[in-house]
Amino acid sequence: MEYVHDASFPGAGFEIAVMVIGVIVLTAYYLAYEKQSNWPLYRFGLFIAGVLTAVISLAGPLANEAHGDFTVHMVVHLLLGMLSPLLLVLSNPLTLMLKSLPVLRARQLSRGMKRSRYISFLHVPLTGACLNIGGLFLLYMTGLFHQMHSSLVLYILVHLHVFLAGYLFTHVILEVDFTALRYSFYHRAAVLVLALAGHKILSKMIYADPPEGVSRTAGENGAMLMYYGGDVIDVTLIILICYQWYRARQRTYTIQRTPSTI
Amino acid sequence: MRQHFWSGVLFGIGLMVIIDEVIFHQLLQWHHFYDRETTGLGILTDGLLTSFGFFAAVFGLFLFADLRRKVHVHWPKWIGSVCLGAGGFQLFDGVVSHKLLQIHQIRYGIDILPYDLAWNIFAILLLIAGGIMLKKTSFVREAD
Repeated sequence: MEYVHDASFPGAGFEIAVMVIGVIVLTAYYLAYEKQSNWPLYRFGLFIAGVLTAVISLAGPLANEAHGDFTVHMVVHLLLGMLSPLLLVLSNPLTLMLKSLPVLRARQLSRGMKRSRYISFLHVPLTGACLNIGGLFLLYMTGLFHQMHSSLVLYILVHLHVFLAGYLFTHVILEVDFTALRYSFYHRAAVLVLALAGHKILSKMIYADPPEGVSRTAGENGAMLMYYGGDVIDVTLIILICYQWYRARQRTYTIQRTPSTI
Repeated sequence: MRQHFWSGVLFGIGLMVIIDEVIFHQLLQWHHFYDRETTGLGILTDGLLTSFGFFAAVFGLFLFADLRRKVHVHWPKWIGSVCLGAGGFQLFDGVVSHKLLQIHQIRYGIDILPYDLAWNIFAILLLIAGGIMLKKTSFVREAD
């Protein structure tokens, strides 16, 4: 135990709330899935995996271990901020939601999303990257990390931000789900490279100067895990967007090809 | 011609970054993850270069896959471009990152000069080989 004053933090109430939210979201997705005749089963599988990843990183033994051990804290950070958003985005929850709503309602909603100023501000690759990586800079380079472990409100806000910013970033970069705005491949690729670089830079800064209350060895191990674990997820993102580019090129060939003269 | 060139150069850069990461950082452990003398600028450029390298390796291969389904690949042209990319990056790494920015050295606790020479001469050889291969094949046209 290095930086936690109270062993029962954040408390059973918080863990139960997390599990209840998890069950509600899973049920909602299942009900929508059941109504669709052609929605692939693997998407439902991805959604279950994504929700489970988020839940185990907030409640249960792994989450409790993370309060005392900085390396485990980094595992949680990777699961909640990177892996869970990736799995959830790939399960296309927004598309499923729009498909299961009545047509008029869905049309209104998607038009509303496309016109909303709030969304057009948030739904930019660079905004997603800044919220994601910038939030992490604040967490680890200021006293926030230390304070988070003594205030429940801060604890909830920080974890909510890590998850939501990770989700927004993955969603905007991948564009596999319903998106209000679209960006070119090169635009998204450039922001992805910058964000990956920011993640690497931050993990080396943590290595050099761990947050308050974290010992030097723990900080070094955690930083290395953040560095290489982040690589795994980010290379997956790179492969996915390059594969999209490859598929899109295929489509242009089939359109342009002149009919063969037999 | 252009897609052969870019696919090869990007893949060459990415290949070098991966070789650097896998062999020198992980297997030999000659390079250090971070040493206490690394400057802020060093961390910044290293992060940018490595992440661009990962992207270059993957995108270079996808460009190559796209090339293969479009035209008949001209191998010397592609391999020549890979050599140019790899050699160019190695020279940049050897001169700018190791010497000018001092991010990290090739190896620690020994006389560094022979290592630096071997590193940079190998880079120049790669560049020359790539240049020759491209020069010899530059007359071959491709419907891009």
